Amino acid sequence: MRNALAISGLDCFYGEVQVLHGIGLELRDGEVLCLLGRNGAGKTTLLKAIMGLVPAQSGSIRLRERELTALPPHEVPKAGVAYVPQGRRLFAELTVAENIEIGLMARNKGAQTRDSVLDLFPLLRERLKQRSGTLSGGEQQMLAMARALCLEPDVLLLDEPTEGLMPSMIAKIRETVGRLRERRVSTILVEQRVEAVLSVADRVVFIENGRNRETVDIEKLRADPALVKRYVGVG
Amino acid sequence: MAFFPHLLLATLEGLVTSAVLALTALGLSLVFGVMRVVNVAHGEFFMLGAVLAWAITTALGGHPAIGFLLALVVSPLIVGTVALVAERLVLRRLNYNPEATIVATIGMLYIIQQAALTLYGPDARPVEPPFSYRILLPWFGYSGYKLSIVAASILLLLATWFVLTRTKIGLIMRATQYDRETAQAFGIPVDRVYAGVFALGAMLAAVAAVLVVPISQAHYLMGLDPLLLSFIVVIIGGLGSLRGTVVAAVLIGLSDGIISVFFSPTLAKMIATLLVALVLVFRPQGLFGTAAR
Repeated sequence: MRNALAISGLDCFYGEVQVLHGIGLELRDGEVLCLLGRNGAGKTTLLKAIMGLVPAQSGSIRLRERELTALPPHEVPKAGVAYVPQGRRLFAELTVAENIEIGLMARNKGAQTRDSVLDLFPLLRERLKQRSGTLSGGEQQMLAMARALCLEPDVLLLDEPTEGLMPSMIAKIRETVGRLRERRVSTILVEQRVEAVLSVADRVVFIENGRNRETVDIEKLRADPALVKRYVGVG
Repeated sequence: MAFFPHLLLATLEGLVTSAVLALTALGLSLVFGVMRVVNVAHGEFFMLGAVLAWAITTALGGHPAIGFLLALVVSPLIVGTVALVAERLVLRRLNYNPEATIVATIGMLYIIQQAALTLYGPDARPVEPPFSYRILLPWFGYSGYKLSIVAASILLLLATWFVLTRTKIGLIMRATQYDRETAQAFGIPVDRVYAGVFALGAMLAAVAAVLVVPISQAHYLMGLDPLLLSFIVVIIGGLGSLRGTVVAAVLIGLSDGIISVFFSPTLAKMIATLLVALVLVFRPQGLFGTAAR
């Protein structure tokens, strides 16, 4: 199977402190790859490194044939990587429609994309004129995902999309990730809790202290929950 | 003069001050809001605009209106270019670090000021207004040009508002203002936006200066007052808020006009400063600003 994204030997620093140590992983075409690990393991940093927001000291990040580490940060989304940051990071003062517009502008997508994205989140269609900061947490998460999907990305990066949401919303977001998987959007999903990924992920990469440990298929993980205990602590 | 005509005159003078101040302060506020840096050299861009207006009108000769209109276009363009070069050579290399930018723009202030002193000289020089029509009121005649400053300022403020809220460029600027990192993650070239905003801010100051120079005179030290008043306006109005900037400019301009006429200019400055202190104590985000997240 082809790789949508291939990372190898990636080292990243915050100032003097090394946060990522030679990370290497492959995202296959159309799969949902989950990064699982404790707080501070480097999951979010890895996503930021892919987006070019944290510079890579060494190593490579390849989107198909394209080397992303050589691009300035604002060219990475144009190459086809969309990012749903942790904590949503909406442009809170802007309306729902304006947030979506910014997503569309990134790769010059038009009304057709907008419609198909809004079909995925019908709730947002009723709120287009509302200031996005006044949406509920779940609605904000939907908007953050909608904004990213407006890029029609080849690779989607999702950073803890269910964090801080109520259970009914968590179910909805998970359902959406499932639907994206059916659409064959290659996705990297960051989570802290394993039960959040069992139903949607294809493979799981465990991240520990800025290094990637085992990569396991989801069936194996379902069969052997002890793995999770080892890397994430509470299972 | 009786009380009412006196008040009317003071109000008109205050409105002219407000109009010029609103444009100048809006430039500072945009830079402050989008880039989160304080541009101490803002007043010098104002001065440069006025001095260039003198140079252009003098070099051209002929009817004052032709020179003035040319200055109104060319002077802001030159000032914008100077600001763009300064941004690329200095601010970008400092990575827009707030403290370093303050020190660097203080340096720019002196460089621009001394360059003006060297090339333009220490004299205050007048620029002829483009027209000298006087509006005759029952009590006194009033300069039609001064009222046209108010009109021009309103037009420019409306244009800025339109660009900020109704165009793609404005959307990009606002997105950059609210979240620089996420803006980058959506393909917005933040450093180019910064360069553009810095140049735009300087150009607004330059336009204000060209408008005011026929009624004040160009001088190499004229940048100080607009800088201080702009800071006052931005603090009172709220960081990066267009509405707040305009309201605060009108407030400060009018009170300056009216208090100066009935009491003394010093009292006007004292009240403005007191207002800043009160705003900083009781509403640090400004009248129309939103608290930083």
